[in-house]
Amino acid sequence: MKRHLLEAADLDRADATLVLDTAAQIDAALAGREVKKLPTLRGRTVVNLFYEDSTRTRISFELAAKRLSADVLNFSAKGSSVSKGESLKDTALTLEAMGSDAIVVRHSASGAPHRLANWVRGSVVNAGDGTHEHPTQALLDAYTIRHRLGRLEGVRVAVVGDVLHSRVARSNVRLLHTLGAEVTLVAPPTLLPVGVGSWPAEVSYDLDAVLPKADVVMMLRVQAERMNASFFPSAREYSRRYGLDARRMGALGDDAIVMHPGPMNRGMEIAAEVADSARSTIVEQVGNGVSVRMAVLYLLLGGRSASE
Amino acid sequence: MTLLIKGARPYGEDAADILVKDGRIAAIGESLSATGADVVDATGLVALPGLVDLHTHLREPGREDAETVESGSRAAALGGYTAVHAMANTDPVADTAGVVEQVWRLGQEAGLVDVVPVGAVTVGLSGERLAELGAMADSAARVRVFSDDGHCVADPALMRRALEYVKALDGVVAQHAEEPRLTVGAQMHEGDRSARLGLTGWPAAAEEAIIARDVLLADHVGARLHVCHVSTAGSVEILRWAKSRGVQVTAEVTPHHLLLTDECAEGYDPVFKVNPPLRTDADVEALRAGLAEGVIDAVATDHAPHAVEDKETEWASARPGMLGLEQALSVVVATMVETGLLDWRGVADRMSARPAAIGRLDGHGRPLTPGEPANLLLLDPGTRAVVDPAALASRSRNSPYAGRELPGRVVATFLRGEATVLDGKATR
Repeated sequence: MKRHLLEAADLDRADATLVLDTAAQIDAALAGREVKKLPTLRGRTVVNLFYEDSTRTRISFELAAKRLSADVLNFSAKGSSVSKGESLKDTALTLEAMGSDAIVVRHSASGAPHRLANWVRGSVVNAGDGTHEHPTQALLDAYTIRHRLGRLEGVRVAVVGDVLHSRVARSNVRLLHTLGAEVTLVAPPTLLPVGVGSWPAEVSYDLDAVLPKADVVMMLRVQAERMNASFFPSAREYSRRYGLDARRMGALGDDAIVMHPGPMNRGMEIAAEVADSARSTIVEQVGNGVSVRMAVLYLLLGGRSASE
Repeated sequence: MTLLIKGARPYGEDAADILVKDGRIAAIGESLSATGADVVDATGLVALPGLVDLHTHLREPGREDAETVESGSRAAALGGYTAVHAMANTDPVADTAGVVEQVWRLGQEAGLVDVVPVGAVTVGLSGERLAELGAMADSAARVRVFSDDGHCVADPALMRRALEYVKALDGVVAQHAEEPRLTVGAQMHEGDRSARLGLTGWPAAAEEAIIARDVLLADHVGARLHVCHVSTAGSVEILRWAKSRGVQVTAEVTPHHLLLTDECAEGYDPVFKVNPPLRTDADVEALRAGLAEGVIDAVATDHAPHAVEDKETEWASARPGMLGLEQALSVVVATMVETGLLDWRGVADRMSARPAAIGRLDGHGRPLTPGEPANLLLLDPGTRAVVDPAALASRSRNSPYAGRELPGRVVATFLRGEATVLDGKATR
């Protein structure tokens, strides 16, 4: 494993598989235990540095670190020196001086974790940077797929929605490709980046043509602000062409699953009866997120002693 | 005052001595001598006319922490320049006779290069109404180049009026070609890399669309147009077409667009963030070919100093721009001379004669012949050195060439016969 987890490309197939296997071992070790805590990172400090509101991701990382017995500091942009104009570098050096062993960073600027990694000695974990990547989301998605379908090699995954602005899509395309899955991106052309042809994925504009062949359908959140910028004519038209409703769900194979990184726009990209169906792994993904993030922190920090 | 430069190779050709008297070249020939002359041994060095930059940001007034007219002038002299055009996007903007005269006077006081102010096209660079172009032209600064650089004159009607109006001033509008609606939030060249890096793309079409529009307007009203920092292969094609139709258009390319590509954005170090952005290998190749062919007239640095805190940030928060004055000639040697695309006369044409003609500068860009002003530089083309930003004369350190080995060292620069650089060091 590299020292940092900045993007899915930091993981080769062996590393990615190790993370998933470690998460599975953690799940097994904690299953049925009353005290869901391992002593592995006792005495280590993990900082959650969040420049964007993201309660669910922050809580997931916080829980992961606490279950490994690490000390956890939450440093959010609001109500801190950041809002007074402190630079990312100064914040990084401050956290470094306080002895942080790992910084989990969420930032609205693509590449901010890469910058941070230049300025600190500890590990940096990207918890979502701008429209770039969100590698632990891709890991938990891969974990969920493997858990449900028993494999990743050859699994056909349709990623549907706002690929252009999606860090989840970028990480998933890279990681799923690394793990041997076949990804098809489905979106209106306005929501696909120029240059998508160089990605290790197929591209389609037609959801109905892709669904019957898909083992996994991963729906992406469509943000409200896209609607006012002519990416598509209206929410209704988007939903008609690219939303996953009960009728479209009927076109899926028997074992196919439906995923969503959350938070969902019910009625927009996904219908309530789909989100709440037996195919849906949405709640499971949240739980798996904690296990996978424990595995990442363990592998990045556990190998090194606290004095290092 | 008499100066004798011994053994230099004018335009890289046969060695000759150059005798300078009273700021002018008095004679060029073998075994010249002059009693009481200061002698400079230039054995093996290439002599070229002093370089002329059409596009420099000196940051004064307003951001003297990043650069001053004096520090930028020193950087320019060290790069072999004897004249630089100072862009108008200062604070306050150079949109009045008062500001352009201030910049001009600061340049005179520094005395290292001729600092030629560029006047803003529109008041406050806001793109809404014309600045008093005539007043700037008639001022002591004698402004001939007008530009809202940093911003595009996007309104087509206003651009047409600007092109027309400056005809009476023998002026030229230097357009920063960027259709603003196509580059909202843009961070880097739009292509495979921007898609993967998750940085908002700056499409080549946003530059090409404005150039296409403006050459048609310039043709229609019979005006001169200059295009700043051309960065795409498509732009070169449009310029070639326009020139073949006889449109009075000239264009410049920056050293960084001749050398670097969007690959530099990997790693998100904003020292490589620049506007227009670094593009692809194919664009670099087309720009070099366009410069060799003469479709692109000039190399212009777009020297853009920025304080450390404006670059040591996330990519999206960083200001665009990079240093260029001190390495421009080296980059041209690496990309154009060593590749066989330009000979030394070609370098003199693209970095001195043509930019001086575009800017209507008397006394610069003149050939190395007796009777001409003694604006010249001596270059050791064989020396290769690794660029160290800490060693630069600029107040800023945002050099994209840091750690890169480049050929060519400016040994001396002379402004009207007076050394501004000797032994590679500024004389003041």
